[in-house]
Amino acid sequence: MAGLEDLYKEIILDHYRNPRNRGELETPPALKAEGFNPLCGDEIVVYLDVDDDGVIQQVATGGQGCSISQSSASMMSAAIKGKTVAEARAITDSFKGMMSIHESGLDKESAGNKLDLSMGDLSALKGVVKFPVRIKCATLSWNTLLQALEDASL
Amino acid sequence: MSLDISAIKADFPMLKRQIDGKRLVYLDSAATSQKPNAVLDAMDNYYRHSYASVNRGAYRIAAEATDLLDEARASVARFINAPNVHEVIFTKNATESMNLVAHSWGRANLGAGDVVVLTEMEHHANIVPWQMLREALDIELRWIPITESGELDLSNLDVLLDGAKLVSVTAMSNVLGTLNPIRRIADAAHAAGAVMVADASQYVPHLPTDVTELGVDAMVFTGHKMLGPTGVGVLWGTTELLEAMPPFLGGGDMIMQVTKEGFTTNNLPHKFEAGTPNIAEIIGLGAAVKYLEGLGMDAVREHEVSLTAYAMRTLTERFGADLTIHGPAEPAGRGGVLSFAYKDVHPHDISQVLDQHNVCVRAGHHCAKPLMQVMGVGSTARASMYVYNDETDVDALADAIESADDIFGMEI
Repeated sequence: MAGLEDLYKEIILDHYRNPRNRGELETPPALKAEGFNPLCGDEIVVYLDVDDDGVIQQVATGGQGCSISQSSASMMSAAIKGKTVAEARAITDSFKGMMSIHESGLDKESAGNKLDLSMGDLSALKGVVKFPVRIKCATLSWNTLLQALEDASL
Repeated sequence: MSLDISAIKADFPMLKRQIDGKRLVYLDSAATSQKPNAVLDAMDNYYRHSYASVNRGAYRIAAEATDLLDEARASVARFINAPNVHEVIFTKNATESMNLVAHSWGRANLGAGDVVVLTEMEHHANIVPWQMLREALDIELRWIPITESGELDLSNLDVLLDGAKLVSVTAMSNVLGTLNPIRRIADAAHAAGAVMVADASQYVPHLPTDVTELGVDAMVFTGHKMLGPTGVGVLWGTTELLEAMPPFLGGGDMIMQVTKEGFTTNNLPHKFEAGTPNIAEIIGLGAAVKYLEGLGMDAVREHEVSLTAYAMRTLTERFGADLTIHGPAEPAGRGGVLSFAYKDVHPHDISQVLDQHNVCVRAGHHCAKPLMQVMGVGSTARASMYVYNDETDVDALADAIESADDIFGMEI
């Protein structure tokens, strides 16, 4: 059986207690999207400042939720800050691939890996896959990020 | 007479299940209850020995199946002291029952500007059907507010009821455990000329229920929270109200006559039971009712008040200000539903930690998002108790909560 230590790794609790890029950005110019987990009531707000070259200059996240959703949002913000929209999408693909409960999805080389993007802190969330109910918590901020990009046709 | 909980536990096969060599501590009965052998056997017996469709067919097995269904309806009617057996309508669940009332009664009796009064502590099942009517008919919804302690604030009731056509209130909150003064609200609703509906999903399973004493015109509840199976719910309504309501679903069984020109409706209860019903589940619910009658609903209530008092005392003594229990402080004024917050640990994380100890609780908004907004929280953890729970379950809950400190207690 998967133990809680697989889920609540120290780096996750650190991001939960000390979230990076927490706050709001002025909209406009910032993009904004809200994500909800209708099952548990968690909410995530993602703000992005994307410059004319398609580089994400600023990220902020708001909302409230459990340690997994909040730490994932914090890690997401750190991972995409300063990256291009294309890179952010690739990291998102990699992350969501890691969150796939299908074994094939875990082994398959995703687009992100091909781009040789390091998952860094994000790999700490890998244990979430052993707790399938929590996958939605971990992917909430990422889906909200994609929503923000989609809303702006980026 | 007090309940013999260890004997009751032995009636529930699920409670014999072990995970990682440890017993299950099931504290999520407000979401759904476990099933005793009596219920499982009744449904199994129907499928294995008496299986046929109901309300038609001259052969003996068909008559037997119909008898089983009729007996279940009579049992449910007796359980809630319904004046007439035909006032018990079987549906899929309480949600469908409430939608039936909203759709059938609502569309026949409500128009633009008409007022429906709800409370801030309703389950989505008693909110969304009325919001759908508001979108369709432009009715007005009013909300009875709640107090700091999680009780209905009735100080302004007369104003809220002024001009109301229907009032629909939960008899017991699925989040706060609050037992609401249904009789008082029903009397006030009637004085204002409104129809009174109670959502008794959390009430009927746990307290002796008498629809005539509650003074309501209609009441909805579900089978799976009262030891019965999923897939069967009940709408009880006065004959007068049900007779005046147009049918909800159309099809077989609900008609008296059908021609190419039109149809006439069947008598109660069939008028509201279109199509082949969930026969096995209805029979299962009948068996659940008999099981509860065997325990005695006064004894069930007494057990839950005493266990709730023990739980509130235990959690308060062990965790002090680190743990907050939402809802009324007096066990006698509430049911065995304990929504709580522990330190700043998110309810999802609490339930994850508890699961590691086989303690099953619910974390989330409990389908009561407007209430969550009023309470100023996103979600709560909720432990809820029933006839098969005892003090050892409460102690296991407390031990498991304490273990959250191992993960979330450290400073980083």
